[in-house]
Amino acid sequence: MSKEISFILNGSEVRVAVEGHQRLIDILRGPLGQTGTKEGCGEGECGSCTVIIDGRAVNSCLFPALEAEGKTVITIEGLQETKNELSVIQKSFIEEGAIQCGFCTPGMIMSAKALLDSSPAPSEEEIRDALQGNLCRCTGYVQIIEAVKEAARKLKGKR
Amino acid sequence: MTDFIHIGKKASRPDAPDKAAGKAHYIHDLERPGMLYGKIKFSDHPHARIKHIDTSKAERLTGVRAVITAASTPEIRFGFLRDNLALKKDKVRHYRDEVAAVAAIDPEIAEEAVELIKVEYEPLSGVFSPLEAMEEGCPLIHETDAQGRTRTDNLVPLKFHHQSGDLEAGKQAAKYIAEGEYSTPMVQQCCLGTAGCIAEFDMSSNLTIWAKTQIPFLAQRDFNRALSDMGLPGKNTRVIVPTLGGAFGSGLDTHAYEYIAILLAFETGRPVKIVYTRTEEFANLSPRQSSITKIIQGCDQNGKLTFREVEVLQDNGAYTSWGATYPSVMMMPATSLYRVPHVYFNARLVYTNNTYCQAMRGYGNPEHTWALESNMDELAEEAEIDPFDFRMLNRNHPNETTPMGLKVSTCGLKECLETVARKLDWKKKRKKGKRSGVGMASLIHVGGGGRIYRSDASGLILKLDDFGNANVFHGGVEMGQGLHSVLTLAVAEALGVKPERVIINPTDTGTCPWDVGTHASRGAFMACNAAILAANKLRTKIFELAEEFFPRETEQNLKKFLEQNPGYKPPKFDVKKASRRDRFELRDGFIFIKEGPREPWLQLELGRLLRAVHFRNQGQMLSTEVFYDPPNELPDFEKGLGNISATYAYGTQGAEVEVDTETGEVKILRMVAAHDVGKVLNPMALKGQIYGALAQGVGYALYEELRSQQGKIMNPNFRDYKIPRVQEMNFPVDLEFIETDDSYGPFGAKGVAEPGLVPTAPAIANAIYDAVGVRIRDLPITPEKILAALKNRK
Repeated sequence: MSKEISFILNGSEVRVAVEGHQRLIDILRGPLGQTGTKEGCGEGECGSCTVIIDGRAVNSCLFPALEAEGKTVITIEGLQETKNELSVIQKSFIEEGAIQCGFCTPGMIMSAKALLDSSPAPSEEEIRDALQGNLCRCTGYVQIIEAVKEAARKLKGKR
Repeated sequence: MTDFIHIGKKASRPDAPDKAAGKAHYIHDLERPGMLYGKIKFSDHPHARIKHIDTSKAERLTGVRAVITAASTPEIRFGFLRDNLALKKDKVRHYRDEVAAVAAIDPEIAEEAVELIKVEYEPLSGVFSPLEAMEEGCPLIHETDAQGRTRTDNLVPLKFHHQSGDLEAGKQAAKYIAEGEYSTPMVQQCCLGTAGCIAEFDMSSNLTIWAKTQIPFLAQRDFNRALSDMGLPGKNTRVIVPTLGGAFGSGLDTHAYEYIAILLAFETGRPVKIVYTRTEEFANLSPRQSSITKIIQGCDQNGKLTFREVEVLQDNGAYTSWGATYPSVMMMPATSLYRVPHVYFNARLVYTNNTYCQAMRGYGNPEHTWALESNMDELAEEAEIDPFDFRMLNRNHPNETTPMGLKVSTCGLKECLETVARKLDWKKKRKKGKRSGVGMASLIHVGGGGRIYRSDASGLILKLDDFGNANVFHGGVEMGQGLHSVLTLAVAEALGVKPERVIINPTDTGTCPWDVGTHASRGAFMACNAAILAANKLRTKIFELAEEFFPRETEQNLKKFLEQNPGYKPPKFDVKKASRRDRFELRDGFIFIKEGPREPWLQLELGRLLRAVHFRNQGQMLSTEVFYDPPNELPDFEKGLGNISATYAYGTQGAEVEVDTETGEVKILRMVAAHDVGKVLNPMALKGQIYGALAQGVGYALYEELRSQQGKIMNPNFRDYKIPRVQEMNFPVDLEFIETDDSYGPFGAKGVAEPGLVPTAPAIANAIYDAVGVRIRDLPITPEKILAALKNRK
């Protein structure tokens, strides 16, 4: 049984047919073609699939697609300032060496964005709290924490 | 040391922007027109005879395009000893044995179809411990070998042995002796991007496979052999490597799922994709091998090591992959970490009905260094010498040859040890008791390639285009470690162009020259050495051509310059006379005369020279191919002799910990890591490598363990298999890089990808001992083990 739902994805309204058993990640990566969101475990344990729904960082592998109806969803593809210009957080990840294999990166950046949107000057403790659901096997997290701190500094300057 | 323009400077990675934007394409993101989804039916038993497979229901399911079993497909043998089959025929030997597979139009149908396959088994008794597997009368895992010869025991027919000096004399000379048995568990690579591939045939029956591999060219060889087994002799495989979501050794062999995708693609005539779920990855991909190491060492009354005796026992699992060759690396620290005159090393591997194992970062070295460096502390205590002083006394030196025949060129071990002691405030913090303590451990690792295969070479093509871009084709694999970052810098530096003019093309056996694979910390060492050779060849060509073109083109420059700057008086300088090949320099994409005046018009843009050379009559394009084969030897592993690497990396790590004696919890207060890296190529990338490796070392030390019960993986998910999260890595890590400027290394650099996790676990264990006086010899060091040891001590 499929049902059409509509929601705001990265600033534009989308309409998509959804099966009852589908998860938000299935329709993002499938019919909507947004493959920037990664599936690392499918069980809400790794955070690779993190997207922002109505301002909150959410594991899209645990989120029923039908429940996206009427919501505002931001994925990694929605972060760029313009077509070719990355956002401050993305740039900080690049400049601080927070990216290696990059598979955890979109989810990690979305968790960081949800944090910085709600708490512009987070302590290191708050950064660690915000990233606790995001696994990375490459970096040991040191440069990821640095990148989030750097992004917070830069965003403060922009305000 | 030479001054470099790009080398040694912080630089962001060329692949980072796409990864940050979500635009990097991993195997999970790739699709081919008409693609089907493959799914594998795994065994229900750890050891059983296959009596019957009923695929009829699966075949009838709408959307299914093929169901295959060993009976319906040609036999494909693979693996290090070719003891594994893509689809199992008569018998299953562990739970992950592949008994059937389907291809369907979507993943859900494929999964449903697999459920419909019914297999009848006759269970056999299983063997799950390597000790048990060696007992007389124990069931045989393999009744015959790949050639059909009868087998009579479960020993894997591979010998790794070393004997040097006179062990008895060494024992006689010892005043103090420490003996212990140390074990390490299976751990999983835990790449965030799971394994997978897409296989596709063209109408000439040539295969293209997008594979998550670290060995594209050895994989090509393996797959071509499979094509031959499928009745397609002479057909070719093209291996294309997409963006990899980590590898850490998991891509060092070809896998049954790849052969199954190939069989399904051939059967259906359509591209077939197989991607593992996380559960499948934990249960069915080959993890790091477990080990049991017995070690006895002795030293004389002054603390000098007199002998070392090592026996290793490894659980090979049901089949043989490269994991079986861990002892080839173990014998390196066994014979060569610290100076020891009399050494015995022997390793045995036995088949069991457990999951078979594969490469993982460090490849036997973390396992062995765990035993060796724990035992070093125990021996130091016997001899009543401070463990730091004990290591300093026995450390390796530059330009020495070790008992294995390793020819040490540079060696920064002294500096590494001293740095860690200083930064840990060793003498002050040591033996303070009160539940906190410090410990250290060191390492030796291959830093200049590692010849475990006949060729240890790496080819590279450097192709210049009309725009001054340097297009690089290299067979090494970027798996997240930053190979393309250092390769970009190396080409920019060695050729003399800006890094943004360097374009690294995707790794593809159809376009890139041969490379043995990206393992043994060899990626940067090999690629950058190859890049330097290629760049030098091109510079020679460029400077030859500049003799003709430089005077002509700069004369035009001058004319234009004079038009724009009417009052300008050019300096007296005979450009034509100075235009000699040995006087040119190329930097940031401009050719100029080294000792000439640095006038804005007296330089020639590389792209302009290339166009001038291209478009003249009988023009030419500039490109070059090199094949760098490092000066190392394929050791005789049965004798344990041979200079396996061109140079060796050293390092020391130190930990300060606090142990809660009520709960057994270990809290790491800080870690210090000093590594002899030869030369820092890109400090940011290098730090990332060491931080990341060290985190894997922390997981290995304290909690990671792939638990297996009667052959079944009990924790196939991130809930039950813990890797370090950001909360666990909540202590400062102080890194220091020792630059020994190795003459074999590109710009002086050594390989560094693996060393960062090699000494982490023993450094932590030694610190725990210093803190609470209990010695845990079995990894991981869980709170339960500490509590039990504390209780025993009382």
